[in-house]
Amino acid sequence: MSKNTFSIGGVHPHDNKISRECAITPLPIAPTVYIGMSQHIGAPSVPCVAVGDKVKVGQVIAEPGGFVGAFIHSSVSGTVKSIAPRADLAGRPSTHIEITVEGDEWADGIDTTDTLVTTIPEDPKAIIEKVKLGGVVGLGGATFPTHVKLSPPPGSKCERVIINGCECEPYLTSDFRTLLEKGEQVVVGAALLKKAMGDVPCTIAIEENKPEAIAHVREVIAKLGYSGIDVMVMKMMYPQGGEKQLIDAVMHRQVGSGALPISVGAVVQNVATALAVYDAVQKNKPIVDNSVTVTGECFPKQANLLVRVGTPLRYIVDYLGGVPEDAAKIISGGPMMGRAVANLDAATVKGTGALLFLTEKQTRRQRETNCIRCGKCADACPMGLEPFLLNKLSKAGDVEALEANAAQDCIECGCCLYSCPAHIPLLDNIRIGKGSVSGAIRARAAAAKAAAEAAKAAQTDKK
Amino acid sequence: MNKLLVSPSPHIHSKDSTRSLMMDVVIALLPAVICSFIFYGWREMVVMAVSVASCVLLEWAITKYMLKKPSTIGDLSAVITGMLLALNVPYTTPWWVIVIGSVVAVGVAKLTFGGIGQNIWNPALVGRVFLLVSFPTYMTTWGAPQGVVDAVSGPTPLGAIQEGLMQGATVQELTSAYSYQDLLFANLGGSAGEVCALALLAGFVYLCIRRVVKPWITLTIFATVAVTSLIFWGINPARFTDPVFNLLTGGLILGACFMATDYVTSPMSVKGGIVFGVGIGFLTMMIRYFGSYPEGVSFAILIMNSVVPLLNMWFKQKKFGRK
Repeated sequence: MSKNTFSIGGVHPHDNKISRECAITPLPIAPTVYIGMSQHIGAPSVPCVAVGDKVKVGQVIAEPGGFVGAFIHSSVSGTVKSIAPRADLAGRPSTHIEITVEGDEWADGIDTTDTLVTTIPEDPKAIIEKVKLGGVVGLGGATFPTHVKLSPPPGSKCERVIINGCECEPYLTSDFRTLLEKGEQVVVGAALLKKAMGDVPCTIAIEENKPEAIAHVREVIAKLGYSGIDVMVMKMMYPQGGEKQLIDAVMHRQVGSGALPISVGAVVQNVATALAVYDAVQKNKPIVDNSVTVTGECFPKQANLLVRVGTPLRYIVDYLGGVPEDAAKIISGGPMMGRAVANLDAATVKGTGALLFLTEKQTRRQRETNCIRCGKCADACPMGLEPFLLNKLSKAGDVEALEANAAQDCIECGCCLYSCPAHIPLLDNIRIGKGSVSGAIRARAAAAKAAAEAAKAAQTDKK
Repeated sequence: MNKLLVSPSPHIHSKDSTRSLMMDVVIALLPAVICSFIFYGWREMVVMAVSVASCVLLEWAITKYMLKKPSTIGDLSAVITGMLLALNVPYTTPWWVIVIGSVVAVGVAKLTFGGIGQNIWNPALVGRVFLLVSFPTYMTTWGAPQGVVDAVSGPTPLGAIQEGLMQGATVQELTSAYSYQDLLFANLGGSAGEVCALALLAGFVYLCIRRVVKPWITLTIFATVAVTSLIFWGINPARFTDPVFNLLTGGLILGACFMATDYVTSPMSVKGGIVFGVGIGFLTMMIRYFGSYPEGVSFAILIMNSVVPLLNMWFKQKKFGRK
C-alpha cells in the first residue's frame, strides 16, 4: 500500500467508482448549444461573432476579456442564433452564444485524425502560445487559464510539473477512463507541459484505487521513451487532488498562505488538461468537448460521455433516460466539492466533469445538534485549521479573529462538514466568514492605496 | 420531474453521528458492565438500572419542562453518564444516593452549562465526587463481591494501604496480600469499574479500533503514572507503592480509558492531549501518595478538565504552509 499522501488531515469517503467500466463514448450533438462566456476563472470572454454568422467546429467565437482570460471556440458547426444572457447551472444569468447546429464541419487546420503526434516542439513559448490559442483552462475544477499558469511571474522558477490523476472525489471516473483510453495523448501532453516549463521533471500522480491506469501509463511512458516523466502511486485520501495537498504529497513542500504553487517550484495540471494541451499543441484542436461522468446509484445507466461544450444538461440526461424518480439532487462535479444544479437547462462548460444523481437519503442534511468538541473537523481539515472555531467566529461576525485564525486559507474541500457528527454546517458558515475576511483584506488594500495617493497629492500641493 | 434540492457542498456526509459515537462507547463499556454483574450480582444490576434510568429521565424532563427544547436523550450521552456513574460507586450504595448523584451529574454538571458539548467537567465524575464528599460512609464502604465468583472481601487495595501506612506498616507487607493476577482479572474490594481491568481494556481497544477515542490521552496517563510511581518507589519502596500496583488499582483504568477521553472535556490537539494526560497522571500519583483520599483519579481528571480551554488555546496543530 502506498504511503504517499499529504501531511495534514483528509477523509476517506467511500470511492463509489461505479462507472469505472464505462468507456468514454461520444454523445450525439445536441440540436442547439449554448456556449457561456464565463467558463473560466478571470474576466468573461468577449464574443467576436455576430448573430447570423456561420461558424465551424473549433472556430474562435470569443476572445479573452483580460490577462487572466481564455479563448472560446465553437463546439459545433452552424449558425449563431443569439448572444444573450442565459441562466447558468446555479440559475445566475451570464452571456451565452446560442448556436443552431447544422452538420459537423470542422475549421481548417484542425487535425481530427487519431494519429499520435509524439514530436515535441523545441520552443517552450510556441507551446504556451498554442495552449492559449486552444482555449485551454484547468479542467480539474478551478478552470484557471492554463497559459497563465504556464507563464510564471519573473523571478520564480518551476522545478516540477505534476499531472494530477488522483481523481479523489468519489464517483468520478472520467480522468481514470482518459488515462486508460488516451494514456498516450496524456503522456505526450505531460511531455509538452514539461518542455514548456523548461524541461523540468514531471510526475503523474495517480491514486492506488486505479491500478489499471497506473500500469497503462507506466507502459506508455516506457513505450514512448520520454525521459524525466514518472508515475507516483498515491494513497487514497481526499482531498489529494487539491493543488496544495498534491504538491505537499509529491514534493513535500507546503505552499504558503495566499501564495501560488510556483512559489515552491510546482506547476500542477489535471489529466484532462494534459489531454487538452496535447490536442491544442499537436493537433491544433481547441477545447470543444470534454469527458463527463454521468453516475449515481439511483441513475439506471452509468456513463462516461464525450460531450460538446455548451450541451444543455437536460439533453445529456434525456439521452440516458431522464431524471430518475428518486433523484433528489443533481450535482455538477463530485459529491464533495461539486455544485448542486438548480437549472437543468443550463449548458455544460469546459470544466464540467460529471453529473451525479443522489437520492434524498444520500444527500439530505441532518438536523444540527450541539458541538461535542470531538475535534473531528480539526483532524479532517487538510489546511490544519479549526473549523469549529471558525464556525463560531463566523457566526459572531468577528472578522479580525477569523483572519487571525486563517479563515482565508480554507480551500472549501468540505472535509469538516463531512465528518462532523453533530451535523453542524461548518463549511457554510466558514464560507460566509471567509467572504468577510476577503472583504476586509480588500478594504485594507484600498484604504492603504487611498492613503498613499492622498499623501502623494499633499506632497505635490506643497511643491 | 421532482423538485431539485440545492445546497452548498459537500453533498454527502460520513456515517458518524453523535449518537453513533456514543453507541460505540456504550458497547465498549459493556464488557465491564457484564463483569460487574458477574462479580456483584443483582445488587449491581439495580445500581446500574437506577443510575442509567435516572440520568436519562432527568435529561428528558429537564430539557422538556425547564429548558423547553427538543429532547437530547437520543444522543445516548445520558446513558453513558449513567453507566459511568454506576461503575464508580459501590454496589451497596442505596438507590436514593444514586439518584442524587445523577441529579448532580446530569442536572448540574451537564445541563446547567447548556447540555452536551457545553459542560466543563465530566458529568459522571462530578456526580461521583459530589457523592464521595457528601456521603463518605456509603461511598467508601466497599462490600465484598457476592456474585458467582469466590472473592476476597475488604476495603479497596488503595484504601487498605493508606490505612495500613498510618498504622506504621510498610508497603511491602501491605501489598503482599494482592497478586497482580488478582488485580488484572478482578476481584478485590472496589467499585464495579475498578474491579476488572481486562474488561475495561478490551472496551478501550474497541474504541481505538473504531477511532472513537484519542488513545494518546490514555497512554500518557498510564506512562506518567508508571514513571512517577517508579521514581518514588525507587527512592523508598517501604513508603510508596510500585508502578504495576498503581496502574492496576483504583479507578485508573476506567478513568484513563473512559473518563479522561470524553470528547467534551478533553483537549482537541495531540499536544494538548499529552499535556492533559501528563497532568492527570501526575496529580493522581500526588493525591495517592500525599493526599488524604486513597484514590486520586477523579480529582485529577476534574482538575485537568478545568484547564482544557487553556490547553485548546495554547496547543494548536500546525496550519498548512504557515510557521
